Amino acid sequence: MSVTQPPVNSAHIRRLDPVLEPGHTYASVTDKIAAVVLTRPLGIGWLAGFTLTFTITMVLFISIAWLIIKGVGIWGINIPIGWGFAIVNFVWWIGIGHAGTLISAILFLLNQKWRTSINRFAEAMTLFAVACAGIFPLIHTGRPWMAYYMFPYPSTMGIWPQFRSPLIWDVFAVSTYGTVSALFWFVGLLPDLATLRDRAKKPYQQVIYGILSMGWRNSARHWHRYQSAYLLLAGLATPLVLSVHTVVSFDFSVAIVPGWHTTIFPPYFVAGAIYSGFAMVLTLAIPLRKFYGLEDFITMRHLDNMAKVMLATGLIVAYGYFVEFFMAYYSGNKFDVFLANQRLHGPYSGFYFALILCNILTPQLLWIEKVRRNVVLLFLMSLVINAGMWLERFVIVVISLTRDFVPSAWGRYQPTFWDYSTFIGTIGFFVMLIFLFVRGLPAIAISEMRELVAHGSHSNKEHK
Amino acid sequence: MTEHRSYLHGVMGEFETPEQLVSAAKRAREAGYKHVEAYTPFPIEGLAEHIGFRWTAVPLITLIGGVGGGLTGFGLQYWCSAIAYPINIGGRPLNSWPAFIPVTFEMTVLGAAIFAVVGMIALNKLPQPHHPVFNVERFAKASTDRFFLCIEARDAKFDLAGSARFLQEVNAVHVTEVKDEE
Repeated sequence: MSVTQPPVNSAHIRRLDPVLEPGHTYASVTDKIAAVVLTRPLGIGWLAGFTLTFTITMVLFISIAWLIIKGVGIWGINIPIGWGFAIVNFVWWIGIGHAGTLISAILFLLNQKWRTSINRFAEAMTLFAVACAGIFPLIHTGRPWMAYYMFPYPSTMGIWPQFRSPLIWDVFAVSTYGTVSALFWFVGLLPDLATLRDRAKKPYQQVIYGILSMGWRNSARHWHRYQSAYLLLAGLATPLVLSVHTVVSFDFSVAIVPGWHTTIFPPYFVAGAIYSGFAMVLTLAIPLRKFYGLEDFITMRHLDNMAKVMLATGLIVAYGYFVEFFMAYYSGNKFDVFLANQRLHGPYSGFYFALILCNILTPQLLWIEKVRRNVVLLFLMSLVINAGMWLERFVIVVISLTRDFVPSAWGRYQPTFWDYSTFIGTIGFFVMLIFLFVRGLPAIAISEMRELVAHGSHSNKEHK
Repeated sequence: MTEHRSYLHGVMGEFETPEQLVSAAKRAREAGYKHVEAYTPFPIEGLAEHIGFRWTAVPLITLIGGVGGGLTGFGLQYWCSAIAYPINIGGRPLNSWPAFIPVTFEMTVLGAAIFAVVGMIALNKLPQPHHPVFNVERFAKASTDRFFLCIEARDAKFDLAGSARFLQEVNAVHVTEVKDEE
């Protein structure tokens, strides 16, 4: 390492895993990543996985069609529980998206080199998660063909949206987030699409990547403007990602419902979003590196770092849970105190304890280095955290709505078959998009990997 | 059918390492070439400056997009809530600006991001499916592991033999004419 560091006891020096295994050249990283898209035959595993997820996607489409035919009554929602699975799933999916932007934008600004091999598919994950998230509020409106009412347009009725409502803020925040994520993703892809164009052998590949790359020719002037735009986008996406889940939390915290009306919500929602997002990145990265032999690019360093980010954000989330209770009791507001007790002793207390187990207790294992380096354990833990974050949104939405101010307004919530089929359907849809993405576009940013090779000591040595 | 007339776009040298390319670009500038373009598989810091490209309008365009988006966002909300469709709720102010901040912020980011991307693409003159450099067969390696420097024919100092010799002198491993058909 650098000579400016003070001498340390050698027992304390631990070798960091590389972000890229040594011995790679510009050509080898390019070949390896491009080959997954261009030449590798569709394996039985991919076909089986795609078929399964495609089938589940059809379940989603059938569920949505049935919902449009019959109305939201097919779900378990009713007064007082107007927000059931739809809003739980919306918040869950949009939160998952946040890790992609965090990795691509915030870690870029912080000059974290380890982001390079995971940013591309994390961004893809963001887009697909936002797509899944967007389905829910749309179909939850009951009449999705009227959803354009939410946009300000000059209607013959002469009415305009209520801009003081967090639900309208949500429309703007989520659509901006989706658009900016797509732009960021496309800009990052542009040089890689050109790489694929230059290497494509089959005519249809040459045509598709030729069109998508728009004639990018790697010129220094192109790169200069490209880098300028990329840096600016990263700078714009950073406050954006913080704002999106903040606005989502406003959907709750601006209301006066007990358990929702609290100022801890924005930061704790953002931390929770990043927490679940990193869990999802791990859920996807671990099989991806295994099946496509990308262990050289997505190394233990990446997995270890992501586990540490999960641990840190998980602790912030734990702090959020603590503050919720503290503020409820400290405020002395009897409705807040009652709601806090309902979480522990009410009919849904099982969900609350499962949430504490998944989100707070289990992740404490990540303090142990052996756990962070055990790929199987890490994968399982990422699933547990995903489930935990889903439970968190369930607890927030359902417990508050079933136990508000007057006992006569209390109720119970029981999801129906269509609630589950829609939710599971979006998971299938999400994974199907990931399957398509892995075979259609480079899952790792090739030009950034070449940059990583250049900045490492090993450049084109093997060519000489 | 049509008569193919070819014209010369420039002469292109191929380099094996980024260091060689940067030093060649530097020497080309010292030799007085003005219309030089470099092609590299990844961005190389400072290379654009060496070929005489310092300033890009992308940040300015982004700023314009951001300011425009923000003003549009706030203006839209003010106009809707205070002019087009005013609703008096217990005498609360119609221009309730704190409630307008989230949408104003989102529109600022949206405007800036769209302008940044569209601006970058437009300034790069993309989409441009055809360019003479693509006629050079080895140029496909510009997206893998080779570094190219092209001295363009429109340069006042350009002469085919002399510029080709210059590229060889600065350690290009291959020197090719870049031709195109009109």
